[in-house]
Amino acid sequence: MSLCDLTLEDAHAQLQEGQVSSAELTRALLDRIAALEDQVNAFLTLADPESIMAAATRADARRASGEDTPVLGIPIAIKDLIHIKGIPTTCGSRILEGFIPPFSATVIEKLEAAGAVFLGKTNTDEFAMGSSTENSAYGATHNPWDLQRVPGGSSGGSAAAVASRMAFAALGSDTGGSVRQPAAFCGVVGIKPTYGRVSRYGLVAFASSLDQIGTFGRTVTDAAILLNVIAGYDPRDSNSLQAAVPDYQVEIRDVEDLAGVRIGIAQEYLGSGIQPEVEAAVRVAITRLQDLGAELVEVSLPHTEYALPAYYLIAPAEASANLARYDGMRYGLRVRGNDLRDTYQQTRGNGFGPEVTRRIMLGTYALSAGYYDAYYLKAQKTRTLIKQDFDRAFEQLDVIVGPTAPSTAFKIGEKVDDPLQMYLSDIFTLSMNLAGICGLSLPCGFDHQGLPIGLQLMGPALGEVAVLRVARAYEQATEWHRRQP
Amino acid sequence: MRLTLAEVEHIAELAHLSLGEEEKVRYREQLSAILEYAQQLQELDTDAVSPTATVLPIHSVTRPDNPQPSMGQDDLLSNAPASADGMFRVPVILE
Repeated sequence: MSLCDLTLEDAHAQLQEGQVSSAELTRALLDRIAALEDQVNAFLTLADPESIMAAATRADARRASGEDTPVLGIPIAIKDLIHIKGIPTTCGSRILEGFIPPFSATVIEKLEAAGAVFLGKTNTDEFAMGSSTENSAYGATHNPWDLQRVPGGSSGGSAAAVASRMAFAALGSDTGGSVRQPAAFCGVVGIKPTYGRVSRYGLVAFASSLDQIGTFGRTVTDAAILLNVIAGYDPRDSNSLQAAVPDYQVEIRDVEDLAGVRIGIAQEYLGSGIQPEVEAAVRVAITRLQDLGAELVEVSLPHTEYALPAYYLIAPAEASANLARYDGMRYGLRVRGNDLRDTYQQTRGNGFGPEVTRRIMLGTYALSAGYYDAYYLKAQKTRTLIKQDFDRAFEQLDVIVGPTAPSTAFKIGEKVDDPLQMYLSDIFTLSMNLAGICGLSLPCGFDHQGLPIGLQLMGPALGEVAVLRVARAYEQATEWHRRQP
Repeated sequence: MRLTLAEVEHIAELAHLSLGEEEKVRYREQLSAILEYAQQLQELDTDAVSPTATVLPIHSVTRPDNPQPSMGQDDLLSNAPASADGMFRVPVILE
């Protein structure tokens, strides 16, 4: 077994016991990246190998002096929407080509303090807008399970890096499913924490009322370990929650069964439009949860079908405002025009790709005079109804279960010309962002082509422990997470 | 719900986006299809529903107004397309 195949948890145990050094782990991953990256294209920027090895050596020195954290000396990957001081952030966009952030995100500072080693920045749909990573200006990422297929998106680079064992874990961001859906497509675990659970300071803004940083791991515990490090209040993000952070790793360590856990099954998540193999795998997984002692409860989330249209008005509206900052004056691309207005238009017209342009226009329209009430306001009222569905359901439930995505990974190029079809791949993940609640995706099977299927667990705001316990119990009872691409 | 070409041009102008003729035609089709899809929200009776302002249980976050260290001028200018004398260089707007 190669060092790359260790889980983060096991790699840490070996570091603790002195069986391996961070330098050795890091070298093994760098070799793995050198062997596979040409085919996968998971990274937009790899950190300079010398500085990566230097960080690993520093971690080894810290450990030698008696220090220990669950990520000390563990090499991980970071979505290229999150700033690491001194390493380019592109957001998958031409408009930020060459941008080098002069500060690090709060999550990066926390991981640095804990001694994690950053391998590089992973590919993403431009400004996280997409479901396949094909909207990156720097080329699509390929799914490690089938290189002709997409890894999902927008955090497809992070999911593919973890699945192909080029990193022990990774950070992504989830605005409408951008951690969970690629986790499902790549057969890894992806956590979308409660809105406000993790600071967004240093995460480039897409849709501020929906954005949340999340974690990828090959096991539930690995993803939880990373969440442990980054969760918590941050005065630099006034939308971060002041709630205490449980030790997720400890909370899920001794889970054996699910006695006393009430799990909801929403018919709206198992209806038409789902690939039959996906539905079948999810239904088998639900039976498994029942075998583990969970009580299954039928529940209705009647406004589910309205989440997609509401989301695709709210998120673009917020994006159109957030992306107004890219004007070519203080940073990023500047294309000189005839006058100031022309300079703005040329800069943005040339700098943004088609999906970002589409969403800016959609959002601008939804917010414009005469259409605000019919589109934006209507969507925000619908959002209230969606949130109330969940509030009611969670009065009597711990977790709700369903599929993460309606299909397994689709072919590269299959949906690029039909935005609406692409949007439909987020149909089961968007509601959670609109309601601000937490959840995750974990592997629950494979289709006949050998492509991973994701099981989505949803919990109430700050219900991470309940979600993670169910996920961990299921993972321990199954072998899906042991398969490798 | 079908946008006119003039509406597409108006939106692009509001958003400061230069579009080629072919792009205008394509975005007209695509945006019209998405807005058509969004029409299904009109089925919902939301007269008595308040719009979501925030999903968080927190309101009006404030902090003491104490001076804090900020990023240095060099750092702030480090990504400028053009700068001079510690300032951003921008296109002339008045002759």
